Amino acid sequence: MIRFENVSKVYARGARPALDDVTVDVARGEFVFLVGASGSGKSTFLRLVLREERPTAGRVYVAGRDLSTISSWKVPSLRRSIGVVFQDFRLLPNKTVYENVAFALQVIGRPRHTIKTTVPEVLEMVGLDGKEKRRPHELSGGEQQRVAIARAFVNRPQILLADEPTGNLDPTTSLGIMRLLDRINRTGTTVVMATHDDEIVNEMRKRVVELSTGVVVRDEAIGAYGERESILPQIGSTPVLDAPGRNQPQIRVSPEPADIEAERAAEAAAARAAEAVPHPASSQDPAYDVVQQVLAEHGRTRAGREG
Amino acid sequence: MRLQFVLTEVLQGLRRNLTMVVSVVLVTFVSLTFVGSAALLQTQVDKLKGDWYDLVEVSVFLCPEGSTAPTCAAGEATQEQMDALREVIDTELGDVVAQVYVETKADAFEAFSERYPDGYQGTQLTEDDMQASFRLKLVDPEQYEVVADVLTGREGVEVVEDQRAIFQPLFLALNRASLLAAGLAGVMLLAAVLLITTTIRLSAMSRRRETGIMRLVGASNLFVQLPFLLEGAIAAVLGALLAAGGLWLGVKYFITDWLQESVNWVAYVTVGDVLRVAPLLIGIAVGLAVVSSVVTLNRYTRV
Ligand SMILES: Nc1ncnc2c1ncn2[C@@H]1O[C@H](COP(=O)(O)OP(=O)(O)OP(=O)(O)O)[C@@H](O)[C@H]1O
Ligand SMILES: [Mg+2]
Repeated sequence: MIRFENVSKVYARGARPALDDVTVDVARGEFVFLVGASGSGKSTFLRLVLREERPTAGRVYVAGRDLSTISSWKVPSLRRSIGVVFQDFRLLPNKTVYENVAFALQVIGRPRHTIKTTVPEVLEMVGLDGKEKRRPHELSGGEQQRVAIARAFVNRPQILLADEPTGNLDPTTSLGIMRLLDRINRTGTTVVMATHDDEIVNEMRKRVVELSTGVVVRDEAIGAYGERESILPQIGSTPVLDAPGRNQPQIRVSPEPADIEAERAAEAAAARAAEAVPHPASSQDPAYDVVQQVLAEHGRTRAGREG
Repeated sequence: MRLQFVLTEVLQGLRRNLTMVVSVVLVTFVSLTFVGSAALLQTQVDKLKGDWYDLVEVSVFLCPEGSTAPTCAAGEATQEQMDALREVIDTELGDVVAQVYVETKADAFEAFSERYPDGYQGTQLTEDDMQASFRLKLVDPEQYEVVADVLTGREGVEVVEDQRAIFQPLFLALNRASLLAAGLAGVMLLAAVLLITTTIRLSAMSRRRETGIMRLVGASNLFVQLPFLLEGAIAAVLGALLAAGGLWLGVKYFITDWLQESVNWVAYVTVGDVLRVAPLLIGIAVGLAVVSSVVTLNRYTRV
């Protein structure tokens, strides 16, 4: 689905290459974590997939297109097959949840009746049923990210790129977002997610590609985040980062009730969808059970820690 | 859907930069008023030429008594000389001259007395002070040179005069006025282009977020840029309509209702002429907006 062949990227004002001879192949339907320290080139990787940047050397193939030869008037059609989510959500503050999601379809000229049916569908899927009329500032961070995901997914892209989607969220809310991305992945969408969140990477047990100063230093089919010390050397091991709350005064992280609610709604929607489909994805995919198990455990440990 | 969506975006944009939009409207209004004035002045000049050139004629003044012109050495033009001239006009200038009218000294005195019953500047003149002439009406008034070439220097002809020359200063003034209007229009149009460019740029910057998302989800270049383009075009067209309206009012009240009433022997521009100029103004406005949009947007909202 995404193939990088010896890709290097040197920014006009960059001293060293942001990506250096990177070769990565992401298959259709895969879920890949992109990890690495700040400045290791994760966002650059995603921007190359979107053709917001062009590689200095090497070739990038996305959904069967060679991005080095694609003409600029075909770029919009490329981007219609890719959804993107960012750390800062990038919602339009003066539009409602519904309008924000509908906007993505309006601007690519989708007919009105398609929008009328697709937007509520995708909002239900992300668990925001009933909050269509809210504006972004009336939503929690987790809910805003759900809107952003709904917007990215509403056109049913083949690929979903996520640049630190949980970077602004507390761990429990992040977990909800991860379940959502996992569900999207199980519809056959290829997901590439750049992240610093080791907990999530370790629990999801998906493929991990680690970048270090623009070079791929690790590519594991079922990977873990890796040594925090080696990935984030400048920080090193700290009790706060490694085990929040252990040696510190208790910081109660109680997730937004709204997020839990959204997550529940999303789960319910997924369950309804699963009932409607004769072969539910859950029983087909062994990874799903692992995730469920891990997520359940995560809930327990967190509960234990807080209680 | 698309159209409605684009229009909503345009309306929002117009509302958001209202002051800039108003200034674009005003600048295009003023500049296009100058363009329109220049066009109307030119129309007026053409109308006057059409009217007056039909009335004017080439005067071939015959030698009077005591003329110092070399062709008049023999004294006052004789009947033979006049017949010879008639002959030349009928043969050599047959294609050019439409009509010949002979004004004798008596005719000239009659016309003079009618015009100045109390004498010219206090002197009573007599028929003998008058000068006989041929009055030639030309098929095409511009052909004066041909007539002058053929007739000047012939025996009995003192001087060949083109009456159009009388109107030259007026036309010169009108032409200069329309040139001046055109020059001012040029400067104002430049200001309009700069202002529209700035407005579109501001609008594009204030909507970076929207356009950024549009580009991310794969909106086409045209779709991203169309709202801005339309914004500029709408403001400019409003200015053009105002200019056309202003010219219409000016022509109606100043010329048709006032000048026409007081000096009614001249053909003036009419509101019909304004309506003929209006599409030109609107065309210029749209052109301005499109040119400035294309220049600006390629820099600010490229995919
Ligand atoms: N537009 C740019 N111009 C010049 N240099 C850039 C530009 N964007 C990124 N860089 C440089 O390229 C390198 C990689 O940046 P990139 O944003 O890909 O890192 P990242 O892995 O996403 O970091 P983070 O985890 O902080 O988001 C950095 O050294 C950065 O300074
Ligand atoms: Mg980044």
